[in-house]
Amino acid sequence: MIGLPHYLTLAGIVFSIAVAGIFLNRKNVIVLLMCIELMLLAVNFNFVAFSHFLGDLSGQVFVFFILTVAAAEAAIGLAILVVLFRERRSIDVEELDTMRG
Amino acid sequence: MQNLLLLIVLAPLAAAALAGLFGRLIGRAGAHTVTILGVAVAFAGSATVLYRMLYEGAPAFNEVIYTWLVSDGIRFEVGFLVDHLTALMMVVVTFVSLMVHVYTIGYMHDDDGYQRFFSYISLFTFAMLMLVMSNNFLQLFFGWEAVGLVSYLLIGFWYTRPTAIFANMKAFLVNRVGDFGFVLGIAAIVYYTGSLRYADAFAAAPEIAAQGFIPWAGASWNAMTVVCILLFIGAMGKSAQVPLHVWLPDSMEGPTPISALIHAATMVTAGIFMVARMSPLFELSPTARSFVLVIGATTALFMGFLGIIQNDIKRVVAYSTLSQLGYMTVALGVSAYSVAIFHLMTHAFFKALLFLAAGSVIIGMHHEQDMRKMGGLRRYMPITYWTSLIGSLALIGFPGFAGFYSKDSIIEAVHAALEGGKVSGAGYAYVCVVVGVFVTAFYSFRMIFMTFHGEERMDHHTKEHLHESPWVVTVPLVLLAIPSVVIGGWTMGPVLFGGYFGEAIRVLPANDVVAKLGEEWHGPLAFIVEGFTSPTLYIALAGVATAWYLYLKAPALPARIRAGAEPIYRLLENKYYFDWFNENVLAAGSRWFGNRFWTIGDQFVIDGALVNGSARTVGLLGALVRHLQSGLLYHYAFAMIIGLSALLAYILYRA
Repeated sequence: MIGLPHYLTLAGIVFSIAVAGIFLNRKNVIVLLMCIELMLLAVNFNFVAFSHFLGDLSGQVFVFFILTVAAAEAAIGLAILVVLFRERRSIDVEELDTMRG
Repeated sequence: MQNLLLLIVLAPLAAAALAGLFGRLIGRAGAHTVTILGVAVAFAGSATVLYRMLYEGAPAFNEVIYTWLVSDGIRFEVGFLVDHLTALMMVVVTFVSLMVHVYTIGYMHDDDGYQRFFSYISLFTFAMLMLVMSNNFLQLFFGWEAVGLVSYLLIGFWYTRPTAIFANMKAFLVNRVGDFGFVLGIAAIVYYTGSLRYADAFAAAPEIAAQGFIPWAGASWNAMTVVCILLFIGAMGKSAQVPLHVWLPDSMEGPTPISALIHAATMVTAGIFMVARMSPLFELSPTARSFVLVIGATTALFMGFLGIIQNDIKRVVAYSTLSQLGYMTVALGVSAYSVAIFHLMTHAFFKALLFLAAGSVIIGMHHEQDMRKMGGLRRYMPITYWTSLIGSLALIGFPGFAGFYSKDSIIEAVHAALEGGKVSGAGYAYVCVVVGVFVTAFYSFRMIFMTFHGEERMDHHTKEHLHESPWVVTVPLVLLAIPSVVIGGWTMGPVLFGGYFGEAIRVLPANDVVAKLGEEWHGPLAFIVEGFTSPTLYIALAGVATAWYLYLKAPALPARIRAGAEPIYRLLENKYYFDWFNENVLAAGSRWFGNRFWTIGDQFVIDGALVNGSARTVGLLGALVRHLQSGLLYHYAFAMIIGLSALLAYILYRA
């Protein structure tokens, strides 16, 4: 029988993979965006799991909000990425240090 | 009475304002007319007051005219206390001032600042009257500072001369030192009595004397001693006592009339007057009186020595003023307040006379003041010669002249105090005043012989124009010469022994040396006869004879003595190195401290450490922190995650 801990563990693993992706990835901004998506999905897992086991639908309503926002965010993120590539001819993360102090 | 007193005070003030503000409008003649009128009104008023007190038995006037403000129960008032002491001072001040006003017409008549000068001397008369007529410490202080201000303005009257500016600065600064003590003394009076009025202070005197003043833990001084010494420090500044005397000789940079009015006859006596006025306080502190005595005796003798080597005619008279002020202070120190005031009065006349005579000589010599370039003037200026001879005889205390009565009384008073044996320092003071008699006689007649006798050392051009001064100069000389002869014998009996001062001067019976003198008083003629038998006269005559021998008989001798006693001469020429000390230790020391405060305190600590230092610290911090800002997204994300984890861990495991 699959219980709440399994879901939460899965969500935790997915979230940790996303974090590790952000840390380990040095080359590609697209991977960063994907990792952020992955984090949001991990959170969605948690919402759905708690919604199901607590019998409260509002958690699943939130998931829809998050998916919508994630879609919008992905669109804007990719648009910025395109502009950035046009400007710098590169999407290498290590070269994006204009804000360096 | 009140209206009369207000008239006396305000007439010179109004005249000063008129001459000062509208000088150009009313012209030179207008300026001297209006100021002489103002001072004449004041003199007539003062004489009326004195007459009423002496012959109509008018009581002392002690009333508040105007309350300026009340703060925390302390009343700041303008009020007059006019008793016999004040009335005497008023007459002396206004009379000398009037003579000087008349004389100034002659002395200053070529000067561009004619109106300004008259305005100043009238203002001075106003300030001095406010000082002597005051019935509270605030007004006393007002008059005190006002005469100081006018003195400053007048010493620097010829403000284009650097020496004059230096001298007036010096006078002002040295007086500030004294005034600092004076203000502290007044503050102490207010602290102990809560009132600025003389009457309250005198009434509370025994209580103050019973209190202790603790300057630091483990020491306790008598409160009255502290009060009196502080007040006397003010008097030391104004009356030019050692070591605050240095300004008076330099003040001779001013025009001669004000040397006569301010730096001989009136302002410098303010300190003497103040101590006499405060006699109920000083009586209760033997320590303070001994202090007064020693300071006065030192001034009397050692400033006299300096007079011996001066060649500037005005400076000789200036040093004799210092010495005579020392005599007055000595009298104060042995509780002979009335004798001090008596000497103050006779001195005012003959010293004003000597100064004005010196001024007359200076006019005749076309503003040459060096006595080495004079000589034989008595043939050209007979009136000046005879009047200055009278002044000098009065100064050295020749029997019959005014100074004889007052000066001999001082010496007798010191002698009586010495015999009484209760005043410490009396022995030293007695030696000083007796030797001072010789010194006084010596430099006075050195001046007379060098100026009026002997060979004529002036150049040919000056000699051709030598003539007696105009009548506006000689009339005041004659008018001052009369009291210089008669005032002593005429007033000595009543002033000293006739209870003239009444309640104005209080002396404890145990200290009353004047009463002891009174036991041997048999009238002025007997006093003269006694004078001829006393050694002081012969000491004075010895001084005259020495001066005659050295400067007329054997004029080459002084130079040889000078060469023989080079170190002493150098000591005297440098005025005991007081100026050197002030300039090289006090002034230079202050400048050194100022420089250190500037470089260490201001430049290093404040500018370096605080102002620029805080900016530099922020910059350093920023330079360190900027390394954290790599601009790389994953660094920030890492920090966020670590922070978040740490926060979560803290929240979870807090309990």
